[in-house]
Amino acid sequence: MGDKVDVAALAKLSRLEVSAEELRALEKEIPDILSFVETIKEAHGSTSSPRAGSGLQNVMREDGEPHESGKYTKELLDAAPAREGDRILVKQVIKRK
Amino acid sequence: MDTMQLTIAEARRALDAKEYSALELTEAHLDAIAKKDGEIHAYLEVWADSARAEAKKADEMIARGEAMPLTGIPLAIKDNILIEGRIVSSASKILESYRASYSATVIDKLRAQGAVFLGRTNMDEFAMGSSTENSAYGTTKNPHDLARVPGGSSGGSAAAVAAGMAMGALGSDTGGSIRQPASHCGVVGLKPTYGAVSRLGLMSMGSSLDQIGPLAKSVEDARTLLASISGYDENDSTSLPANSEQRTANRKLRKVIGVPRAFVKSGVETDVLALFEETLARLEKAGYEIRDTEMPNVAYSLPVYYVICPAEVSTNMARYDGIRYGLSVPADTIQHVYTKTRRAGFGAEVRRRILTGTFVLSSGYADAYYRKARAVRQLIREDFRRAFDAVDAIALPTAPGPAFKVGEKSQDPLAMYAEDIFSVTANLSGTPAISVPSGTVEREGKSLPVGFQLIAAHGAEETLFAIGSDVENIK
Repeated sequence: MGDKVDVAALAKLSRLEVSAEELRALEKEIPDILSFVETIKEAHGSTSSPRAGSGLQNVMREDGEPHESGKYTKELLDAAPAREGDRILVKQVIKRK
Repeated sequence: MDTMQLTIAEARRALDAKEYSALELTEAHLDAIAKKDGEIHAYLEVWADSARAEAKKADEMIARGEAMPLTGIPLAIKDNILIEGRIVSSASKILESYRASYSATVIDKLRAQGAVFLGRTNMDEFAMGSSTENSAYGTTKNPHDLARVPGGSSGGSAAAVAAGMAMGALGSDTGGSIRQPASHCGVVGLKPTYGAVSRLGLMSMGSSLDQIGPLAKSVEDARTLLASISGYDENDSTSLPANSEQRTANRKLRKVIGVPRAFVKSGVETDVLALFEETLARLEKAGYEIRDTEMPNVAYSLPVYYVICPAEVSTNMARYDGIRYGLSVPADTIQHVYTKTRRAGFGAEVRRRILTGTFVLSSGYADAYYRKARAVRQLIREDFRRAFDAVDAIALPTAPGPAFKVGEKSQDPLAMYAEDIFSVTANLSGTPAISVPSGTVEREGKSLPVGFQLIAAHGAEETLFAIGSDVENIK
């Protein structure tokens, strides 16, 4: 692993808060892991058509209502940390200037 | 009643012959838990009351002559499989008090048979790990030596079965999480063909790799459990349809086993390798042909796995953000609710994999890491496809050594990852694989079990059961 890995930036991207101490440990561990997995570069295998021959296929369901509306509302809302009526309550997402 | 030796097959016979009741069978297991689990810590929660109620219902089914293979059989369930109304935490702080909103398909299937659920078992947090040391609720101990780990991530399930605290258990296997603890605890563990068992209600870790499977005391019991949980599920888009070629594979046993010799020698402990060779020699005596098999790309399995798995982890773990369920740490802004909840809720290995996965998927690196890994994975699948033209199964050690000491590898992520060297390849190829006990090795005066692994073609679980039974019988 030639480049330095910017763990703080990765943490921000993945919505993780990382302490200074943990950051120091991760700045060694993650490059170690990356230099270990880098051996795959020696393998053949083209990245151009990853699906070819893989046997993978898309799985779709029929259009339409899979179940009547509201059938699972109570069970799912019961698990939410905060709610208001039939809605999950969250902090304001968009602020007016 | 000796719950240590009792198999599901024998209990079925005795229950149907009314030699004892399902309630007595459940009580015997609850007694074993009360006696042993203080030391072993296989269970995160024991459901004694509901287990007794389920056992009584099973006794009624038996009395009416409606017994099915698992009616009245007490089982343990890994803590990442949902049972409606029950806490299910994946051994994580982020789901410490989360109650399942619905039941997994495998649970509905077991319930329909009248199986008894003893409790939920300990594991590495979100199934990331090979020792249960990554559990937020303490490490499970190996019943063969309490100073050692049971393996992982389904370590609680394996230890519960090995210590006679459950007749069988469900685990999940993303890179060896059923087979490696089965090997370390001396029980049978099966990872089914990808898509054979519904994953509805299994918490996702690596979605292209995860499968639910059984841990049991015998190959026959593992077969009974698999038959009870497998099948198409329209609610799981990765579930194989009933008429899928990967379900209906009907292979005549040629009695030929392939061994990728060059790969086997990489990093396996001397006496474990000797035991592996001894098992092969015995199979040869029993009429099998053992053939060297070229699989040039399987050596890349571990590095490929540790790109693909973290990539999928980083996306799957995004759902735990303190908004819809689970832990939620109050904060001034929604951004801080996310970050503070995830800081308080996730342990070190989960964070490590999220960050590694975020890196290998990030713009500028995805070609060199994630897409390259996906391409090499395809080569590994091809290696298997070619091999199965000539052999029934590929044999490998399950793990490079026996159970290791608590704390021995927990501070060194790469040493822990190396535990998975022989097991991840079956997840990458989607093929079924089984670990069967094949003898013991000595470590510091203790006899520690070692598993023998067999991998067969997609849908060829019956091949694994046939050869696996022979491994059991030739010991």
